[in-house]
Amino acid sequence: MNQLFKMAFRDLGRNKRRSILSALAVSIATTLLIFMASVVRGEFRGALQNGIRLQTGHLQVRATSYDENKVSLAWEDLIDNPAQVTDQLNALPQVADATPRLIASGIISLGDKSRGVQVLGIDPSAEANQIFRQGVIAGEFINSDDREGVLIGKPLAERLGLNVGDQVNLLINTSNGDVDEQPFTVRGIYTTNVFPYDQNTVFMPLTKAQAFAAAENHASLIFVLLHDQDQTEPVADALSSSNYQIVTWQDLNELSVQFEQFAGAYMVILYLIILGITATVVTNTLVMAVYERTREIGILAAIGMKGGRIMSAFLTEAALLATGGVIGGLILGGLITNWVSSVGMVVPATQGVTGILIGDKIYPFIVASDVISLTITAYVITLMASLYPAILAARMEPVEALHAQ
Amino acid sequence: MEVTKVINATRDFKIGEIETHALRGVNLSIEDGEFTALVGPSGSGKTTLLQLIGLLDQPTSGQVFINGQDATRLSRNQRADLRKGTIGFIFQFFALIPTLTAYENVEMPLLLNGTKPAERKARANEVLKAVGLSDRAHHRPDQLSGGQQQRVAVARALSINPKVILADEPTANLDTENGKQVMDIMQKLNKDTGVTFVFATHDPRVISYANRVVTLQDGLITKDSKVNGKS
Repeated sequence: MNQLFKMAFRDLGRNKRRSILSALAVSIATTLLIFMASVVRGEFRGALQNGIRLQTGHLQVRATSYDENKVSLAWEDLIDNPAQVTDQLNALPQVADATPRLIASGIISLGDKSRGVQVLGIDPSAEANQIFRQGVIAGEFINSDDREGVLIGKPLAERLGLNVGDQVNLLINTSNGDVDEQPFTVRGIYTTNVFPYDQNTVFMPLTKAQAFAAAENHASLIFVLLHDQDQTEPVADALSSSNYQIVTWQDLNELSVQFEQFAGAYMVILYLIILGITATVVTNTLVMAVYERTREIGILAAIGMKGGRIMSAFLTEAALLATGGVIGGLILGGLITNWVSSVGMVVPATQGVTGILIGDKIYPFIVASDVISLTITAYVITLMASLYPAILAARMEPVEALHAQ
Repeated sequence: MEVTKVINATRDFKIGEIETHALRGVNLSIEDGEFTALVGPSGSGKTTLLQLIGLLDQPTSGQVFINGQDATRLSRNQRADLRKGTIGFIFQFFALIPTLTAYENVEMPLLLNGTKPAERKARANEVLKAVGLSDRAHHRPDQLSGGQQQRVAVARALSINPKVILADEPTANLDTENGKQVMDIMQKLNKDTGVTFVFATHDPRVISYANRVVTLQDGLITKDSKVNGKS
């Protein structure tokens, strides 16, 4: 065994440039695999966290008949006296913040320009909404008693050519089935760095939204953030006996999870393409080595080396090549991924997929199981790629191999 | 005692549509301790016969016995097993593994044989000493002269204590001085250890070392003579 390694190691050194290039191919493939997997993980992890932070919370408490797809404002679909429910929720030790939200679909317009938006009535002082306050890039955040002010996202402001202080018309469906339209003043412009969210969401104080939508003292939902995401299920279970519908972030981000699975399947095809190219390089290198060493194979066979051992010699060479390549790839992939995850990878502003909030930067996220499985895959495929040349060598007839030039 | 016996062996090669009869029914018996030369012009079948005796190739018809065992009935792996315990090879080209040192080249058949490390080391050093290359043990083939490389090949062939060492034109790529050195060593080993040597050659200076000369022509043995005065 020791001799096999020694021979394989020295054989790799016979054509250093070729061996280094082959190991480099394995390294680059491993680097790409780790980086791509981390980007996909980071993208969906980021989207999920964006979804939780901005849209779904860890939990939502809703009226049992509330259907988020219909954005119903009928009183029977809303939570009556949300402050009372919120206070009860905030009393739970696991809850970081619970705050009511009223959601209405509407149209914002300025002159002949208009756009469909989601109007969100929020409590501006709630902890969970400070993310929007921190995101204000022009003007100021809305106040609870503001009756005319709205906060709009940066892409929406750019699209409609709005600045702080400008007047816009907002039209929404109300709880009694009518349509109401009122002028509002742009108090501030915000960004969450999530393009699809910022483009479609207009904030106003909850009390104003309730009045505008004729929802009186009602809310569409109570948005709940927990101290620990892992406490979601226990808290949901504890609340399940209430008269409300309790929806968890897993339920609300189901599309994101499904999309991640779909993307995962799609990525497998890309991984196989990368590994296929690498396998070709490795096969080519070893086939060349077999033909260059045909006479030596003949000598070894003549002195009694069996086909299995000749095969092992080439597989050992491939294993060393793969080990070097994979270690190089792990280091390179780790360094690159780590660096990109610290600075973020800018992605073009995207409309995204409804329900998936992809930010304007992706922060690759390395998951140990990805690294382990992809490294093993790269290693195994490199070894598989060396099977053909190894079998080729093992099957050589000694007498023919000895007469090779 | 008979080391190898070839009975009515033929060997045909087909290249494209052309069939060549390299051996046409050869009968040969080699006794223990012989120093036999297979001679004849190019294409006479010397190398083919050596390859059959060395179990590197199989006859088209006929039988080859090594140590009383019918090798034509053995599988490829069984022949490899028989080779590594019984037969040593010396080739015309200096058939060493270029990435291994002289010592490691000599050690290789012992390794394949399953010889224990301490015994392996002792035997490899012993045979390297026997061919006068103890001081070159850790040199790679490209650091050795042609004559030295061929002496390493002799040491490697000898390392497993074979019944027979087969040498195909062992001096063909050597100058006169180195060729003589190699033949002297082979002859000395034959006398000192009793190992049987069978070598193919058409060099008269090499033939002069043999105590038996088997002449082949067109795939047949045409003459088989003991050389007077040689044991």
